[in-house]
Amino acid sequence: MTSIAKPPVRHPSSRTNGLGFVLRDYEGAMSTLCAGCGHDSVTAALVQTAWELDLEPHRVAKMSGIGCSSKTTAYFMKQSHGFNSVHGRMPSVTSGAAAANRDLTYIGISGDGDSLSIGLGQMSHAIRRGVNMLYVLENNGVYGLTKGQFSAAADIGSTSKKGEANQQPPIDPVLLALTLGVSFVARSFSGDKKQLVPILKAGISHKGFALVDVISPCVSFNDHEGSTKSYKFTREHEVESVHTDFVALRREITIPETQEDVSVVQMHDGTSVRLRATAPDYDPTDRESAYAHVRACQARGEIATGLLFIDESKRDMHDFMNTIPTPLVDVPFEKLSPGKAALEKLMDRYR
Amino acid sequence: MSGINDFAFKMGTVNGTGSASANSLLMQAIFRMGIPVTGKNVFPSNIQGLPTWYEIRVSKDGYTARPSAVDMVVALNPSTYAKDVATVRPGGYLLYDSTWPLDPDLVREGITILGIPFGGMCVEAFQKDRDRTLLRNIAYVGALAALLDIDMDIVGQMLTEKYGKKPQLLDANHKAIKLGYDYAKANYTCPLPFRLEKMDATGDSILMDGNTACALGALYAGATVGAWYPITPATALMEAFKSFCEKYRVDKDTGLNNYAILQAEDELAAAGITIGAGWAGARAFTNTSGPGISLMQEFIGLAYYTEIPSVFFDVQRCGPATGMPTRTQQADLMSLAYASHGDTKHIVLFPANPKECFEMSVESFDIAERFQTPVFVASDLDIGMNDWMVKRLEWDDSYRPDRGKVLDAAALEKIQKFSRYLDVDGDGIAARTLPGVGGKGAYFVRGSGHDKHAAYTEDSDAYQEVVDRLTRKFAHAATQMPKPAIHRQDGAEVGLVTVGGCDAAVREAADLLHAQGIPVDVMRIRAFPFGVEVSDFLAQHERTFVIEQNRDGQLRSMIGIELGVARDSLIPILDYGGMPLTAKVVVDAVTAHFAGVTV
Ligand SMILES: Cc1ncc(C[n+]2csc(CCOP(=O)(O)OP(=O)(O)O)c2C)c(N)n1
Ligand code: SF4
Repeated sequence: MTSIAKPPVRHPSSRTNGLGFVLRDYEGAMSTLCAGCGHDSVTAALVQTAWELDLEPHRVAKMSGIGCSSKTTAYFMKQSHGFNSVHGRMPSVTSGAAAANRDLTYIGISGDGDSLSIGLGQMSHAIRRGVNMLYVLENNGVYGLTKGQFSAAADIGSTSKKGEANQQPPIDPVLLALTLGVSFVARSFSGDKKQLVPILKAGISHKGFALVDVISPCVSFNDHEGSTKSYKFTREHEVESVHTDFVALRREITIPETQEDVSVVQMHDGTSVRLRATAPDYDPTDRESAYAHVRACQARGEIATGLLFIDESKRDMHDFMNTIPTPLVDVPFEKLSPGKAALEKLMDRYR
Repeated sequence: MSGINDFAFKMGTVNGTGSASANSLLMQAIFRMGIPVTGKNVFPSNIQGLPTWYEIRVSKDGYTARPSAVDMVVALNPSTYAKDVATVRPGGYLLYDSTWPLDPDLVREGITILGIPFGGMCVEAFQKDRDRTLLRNIAYVGALAALLDIDMDIVGQMLTEKYGKKPQLLDANHKAIKLGYDYAKANYTCPLPFRLEKMDATGDSILMDGNTACALGALYAGATVGAWYPITPATALMEAFKSFCEKYRVDKDTGLNNYAILQAEDELAAAGITIGAGWAGARAFTNTSGPGISLMQEFIGLAYYTEIPSVFFDVQRCGPATGMPTRTQQADLMSLAYASHGDTKHIVLFPANPKECFEMSVESFDIAERFQTPVFVASDLDIGMNDWMVKRLEWDDSYRPDRGKVLDAAALEKIQKFSRYLDVDGDGIAARTLPGVGGKGAYFVRGSGHDKHAAYTEDSDAYQEVVDRLTRKFAHAATQMPKPAIHRQDGAEVGLVTVGGCDAAVREAADLLHAQGIPVDVMRIRAFPFGVEVSDFLAQHERTFVIEQNRDGQLRSMIGIELGVARDSLIPILDYGGMPLTAKVVVDAVTAHFAGVTV
């Protein structure tokens, strides 16, 4: 993404989406991240995703914590409502907002510091709670904003820019999420827009919590020799578990016909994700094999990407709470307050 | 004290033996006889096995503070005999379980000892061990009914209400009551010199605890999102909210809930959920106690700076740290008023009893939305968990929530540009929009430096413009807070200033001081920021005492900080041992002060 502000004029030949918006309408403020930061590529993928999904900007709530990654929310969909909360606590704020208004599309953006250290508890509980949101974890293995400390995602032996080697085992958000019963989890790479965009689309369309762990290199603090989250390292070690594409009902995306197995996963909103397994026996609906696959790749020093697990039957937070379909913010006051007569009757119970 | 309808007694029992229901039966029966009564539970931070007490004060004059002396102790826990017997006033009575020989600890000159073999009688009358333990407590209700002249019809009626659907239990309870009653009648001169006589002073009152009242307030105010993490003494607030919602907030046609209660993973998350829901436009609240408030600090600052309505109920307990979870205090005043880092100030409401808990919790949501800021309702364990006699709660059906300045799509149409933090009306309050609104309404909420357009800034002037407006907003809020409650006596030159649940004891103390020739005016502060009435009152009095339940005189300090009143000119009366305040503490402190003052 460029760091030079672009003129707001629209090229007459720009393609519009179903709502009549061009891609540029989904852009946000000018990025202040380092040139080349992986997070900006994620931003670009989010812009593309939102545009292609015909998301109404003002019906989208962009939520984040604190960190370079958490700034992402400012850089896409400038006509959307945004909320930079406090470090590591975006999940609770989103839970509250989603409880109050279930009709918005919630896109949460976080970092590995934000999510796996200070916010580990909140992320875990948002998963358990089944908040209906897309949760993008921009994972660079370091704390970018505070200048290069190891995060809980740093691999053993990965070195800091100063050369110090990390000693502690990393927390893998995908494995964690699988363990916690997440209903959707995927992993991708910020530089792989072709794979990332359909995954993001699927995540947004999924009813329930959708975690997308995006390896997103930090050019300033974690893109050197010895880092395991560098562009070079990731490109060399990435293994695509399934080839992912997303088919929205209104806009069919055709994928090349091949002889390989294609599994079509129906989404809750009627859309579906087509998954092309590179390994013929990979089943993204089986939690155990997803876990085993990620572990096996790890053991080989590889990174499993793609849609790793999806459970379509999963109910979300509102189902657990048995809430009415109307957003609570829209329930008229008359329906909420039991009134004078009820209070008078109730008072007799306290005699 | 110590006459008809004017005395106090207490039961010393073991936590978890069923004494709680026996005690509330006693208190309620007296209340239904039309006699003003107060019950205070003194319980341990433990589920079972430790000593627990219940103090009942009967006061024909309507005093509801904790009694300064007790006329009788019902000693049923041998491990506290020595302590219990010491609390009986000279000339008072001690009732104990004489199944076991008289313990030397119980012997004290100047008091009358009454023994009734509760345990023995229950072993004979009931088969199961559990029944024998539980019904022993009901047996002492029977004995007290005889000794104090409690109306047995009322007791019978209450048992029917409670156990009507379980005939076996009902019979057993009746049997146990009769055991105690008959034994006392047969062996002692009943009633005692202090006793009960029907009155007509409770007809328009109810017995309710503050947590229930706050929950009802949240329900009536139209709160839809409640987030919490369990903590004594705040837990019952959300539990009550939940049960009210189950009764009143389930859609009849679909069986679906028009409320959301989220039990969070901790208080940080509970605060985050509350703020997220407040931002989205719901009336949202969380309930907690001191340790939870400590954890919420960062979020409280965020809500203050980003101007998000949110309501925090703090049911205070004894601090610092884990402190004494089942003892009361008013020691969070400053940590609420100035919660979080940076320059922050918050609106705090101080209910004094459950009726005010109800009213102020409704008000708290209005204030939070009108001023777009966190609002704290500072209750405490005594108010929250004890049953208070208060006037029946009332509701005006014409009430509509004050949603404050919220611009919807139509309103946005009419303006050229929406700037979230722009003070258009000059009252310090900027209009907000709710997420989901279209047009010009979308903006970015950020806890980092922002200007009046909500854009990120590190510019000194743009930053200051926003934080200075927050100061103006707060000053404006001071003019719209619940006014202090002021009670004057003729010729008073002395002022008593207090807050919250101290009210009952301070008002009683004022009467006692008056009777001793020291007329006093009482002002109970009901909100922070303080209105002009507070400074006026202070200026009107030669000598002012500030009575509060914490070690450091936090209210006194806040008055000093906010009103520029020299702290030394206010005489502190501090009571922070964890028990509800008694009038005696106040009277003694004031008279001691005057005894030491050379006129
Ligand atoms: C309570 C609190 N502690 C510490 C910080 C400082 N802080 C800001 S961002 C950050 C780490 C961000 O790392 P990550 O989430 O991985 O994002 P990145 O910058 O790497 O994208 C820290 C420690 C803070 N803002 N708040
Ligand atoms: S420090 Fe790293 S994470 Fe932060 S903007 Fe720069 S490259 Fe991106």
